[in-house]
Amino acid sequence: MTFSPKLEEKFAALLTHYPEGRQRAALIPMLLYAQDEVGAITPELVEEVAKRCGVTPLQVDEVVGYYSMLHRKPLGKYHIQVCTNISCMLVGGEELFEHACKKLGIGHKQVTPDGLFSLEEVECMGACSWAPAIQIGYEFHHKVTPEKLDELIEALRKIQ
Amino acid sequence: MADLINLTIDGKAIQVPAGTLVIDAAKKVGIEIPAFCYYEGLSLQAACRMCLVEVEKAPKLLAACTLPVAEGMVVHTDSPAVQKARKYTLEFLLTNHPLDCPVCDKGGECELQDMVFRYGAGESRFTEVKQHVDEKQWSPIVFYDAPRCILCYRCVRICNEGMGVGALGITNRGVTAEITPSHGDHLECDECGMCIDICPVGALTSGTYRYKTRPWEMQHVGTICTHCSNGCKTTLGVRNNQIVRANNRDRSGINGEFLCIKGRYAFDFNNHPDRLQSPLMRVGSQFEPISWAQALEIVSKKFQEVRERNGKFGIIGSNHTTNEENYYLQKFARQGLGTNNIDHRRTGDVVSLIDALSGASGKLAQFSDLYSTKAALVISSDLSQQHPLLAFQLRANYRHHQMKMYAVTPGPVREDKYAARSIRVEPGGELQAVESLRDELKANGELLVIFGDAIKGEGVRKLVSFGESLGIPVKYLALVDYSNSRGALDMGMVPELLPGYRPASENGLEPGLNMNEMLAAPDLDVLWVVGENPLENRAPASDRTFIVVQDMFLTETAQYASIVLPSASAYEKTGTVTNVTGEVQRLKRGPKTMGAKPDLEIFGLIAKGMGLNLGTWTPDAVFEEIRQTVRGYNVPLPVIATGGAAQTAPVNGRVPVQVRPELIRSAGDTLYTSGSLGRYSKTLSAVVEAPGALYKP
Repeated sequence: MTFSPKLEEKFAALLTHYPEGRQRAALIPMLLYAQDEVGAITPELVEEVAKRCGVTPLQVDEVVGYYSMLHRKPLGKYHIQVCTNISCMLVGGEELFEHACKKLGIGHKQVTPDGLFSLEEVECMGACSWAPAIQIGYEFHHKVTPEKLDELIEALRKIQ
Repeated sequence: MADLINLTIDGKAIQVPAGTLVIDAAKKVGIEIPAFCYYEGLSLQAACRMCLVEVEKAPKLLAACTLPVAEGMVVHTDSPAVQKARKYTLEFLLTNHPLDCPVCDKGGECELQDMVFRYGAGESRFTEVKQHVDEKQWSPIVFYDAPRCILCYRCVRICNEGMGVGALGITNRGVTAEITPSHGDHLECDECGMCIDICPVGALTSGTYRYKTRPWEMQHVGTICTHCSNGCKTTLGVRNNQIVRANNRDRSGINGEFLCIKGRYAFDFNNHPDRLQSPLMRVGSQFEPISWAQALEIVSKKFQEVRERNGKFGIIGSNHTTNEENYYLQKFARQGLGTNNIDHRRTGDVVSLIDALSGASGKLAQFSDLYSTKAALVISSDLSQQHPLLAFQLRANYRHHQMKMYAVTPGPVREDKYAARSIRVEPGGELQAVESLRDELKANGELLVIFGDAIKGEGVRKLVSFGESLGIPVKYLALVDYSNSRGALDMGMVPELLPGYRPASENGLEPGLNMNEMLAAPDLDVLWVVGENPLENRAPASDRTFIVVQDMFLTETAQYASIVLPSASAYEKTGTVTNVTGEVQRLKRGPKTMGAKPDLEIFGLIAKGMGLNLGTWTPDAVFEEIRQTVRGYNVPLPVIATGGAAQTAPVNGRVPVQVRPELIRSAGDTLYTSGSLGRYSKTLSAVVEAPGALYKP
């Protein structure tokens, strides 16, 4: 499996960040970066990362299964994560998530038919002071109301 | 010695070396701290939370399994807080654990049952419906029942660390976390069953034992595995004269709890429908069953007649029969029939090694050396396939003491994974490769040399002189194939040697024929084959040879026989066997197959029929004779009698005989083959895995 030169460069640097013999520590960042480029954690990707980190494919699978931010299936172009953990829940996080479901016509961990959006109900993302919070891709949005969410989604649709 | 640390556990003041874990320190003063995931010899996990203890001045309860002792530490293992924590931990473990104990294989010997009984509560506050996941079959051997699993990681660690296979992992998290096999929905591994036996609950069960019986309905018989030469103790579970399982959970024997697929599951040849249960006589091209009395009379008369006219006998013994049987058979041949024509399939050059080491003591490797040596050099053997216990010990030595491994083999082996150096060689290039390692080997300060059948005759001498030139303590181990291959040599079941490696020329008889010569001799009057299959791929040299075969099955050789005598398997015998490192251990009789007799009894009865006086033929009496007369076998009886392993010490001196290297050849069995025995094991034949890379077709 080959990656873009930029990613290869990143990987090469990553492997030097850890003491000799501890290269498996690069596993999670490697998977995250590769997921962004490939779109999902495919079986080939698992094999490749296993080889590079010196672990078995099964050990990579253990990590992929454990972390919710690693996905085996491709996400939408815009991945919307809505927090429904306690702080957000208290100020309407759950309602926000339900609204998102209705608006996009999809549920938790699903992708819209046009592949533009995917939705995920997530646990605390550390933005409690600005609850309810959502994350679109790597970007945070604070104190989100259903109206604000609609605006965000429409804006993204327009970019297309 | 490391500094001692003072601490108090439950009011008892103790001193332990720095680095000791609290759970181990408590054990030293007889205090048990319960745990599931903590397992001696494996890496620490701290997954089960069962071992929580109260440590004074610590803000909360701590896991004793990962807590090193500290000076002045005061630990309470039975305070109200600890009791409560245990109760709650168990309540948690039981949230989704089905209470199907009455039908669970583990019921009665389940660690979770025992813990709940001792530390748990009678009721649970969880009233939700339990999550159910269907049971899965991963291989002919391994079944997984996810809801029963308590995620202690024992199976994952034993497979990764102990076996070096890494076929199990845990995927997902929280309530959906479960054990996952290496290949999606199935396993490709050694099928050793270590994961099943180490499982504290009934989450992993074996295809051979599941739903067969309750553990308390079996008799547990500790005996020695009859397959390879490593000499693992296997505890047979016998019910109604049938072996239903084998394991070694009590860690008796040199192997502790280790067993491979052969020791744990390949006992099923014993109940194979093809087992012979009556003597057979050839009538034309057919066999007819006859009584033991008739069969013994025919054989004794024939032997008598041939002996009286000074006819020619040829005797081929087995690698699986006991020392007593081997000793008695060679005595029968030499004293009873007056011939040195006795041989067996030789699988390793022990004789050259003993001869090359003459005059130097303590040079033959003992089993304990595998775990303590600083460096090991493995030459031309796929240890993990052929000698799984030796491989397991070396791996443990690497894990615990960072032993250096050097592998010089014709193809990739599992030892490569942790080897300091691996060298691939063409057959014949081994010694040259070893020479190239000289400085590295020397630097380790100690060495254990393990070699397969590629090194024999002159090669052994060269290897020994290389080892001795290093100027560091070097020990040697010549690998042999089967459960009593070593014992067969020790007992003089070769034409040129008497028991105890004395040259056969001492007995004044003519030099004997070896196996190939016997099989090729057109003038052989009697060919007596005991538990061996020399005519697997060839026909007898003459059809006038009277062939007597003692075997469990109608093998290719038995098909040529005039008389076939059904013999008992090693699991149906009492006696001793000697493993590859020269430890004698005792077989204990488990089941019994109707109609079959132990080979020793058959020898005795034939001798009696011939009017020969070769001494009592009970295993104990013969072993006593071996102890008195065979050099190196004067081992302490209590050790043997209590199921221990007693080290033999073969003669330290020249063995002035001509070894015939061309006769020495290992059968190259893998984890899933075991000579003719393996063909009758359903379990071994059910495994589809390709064996190690050395054996890929």
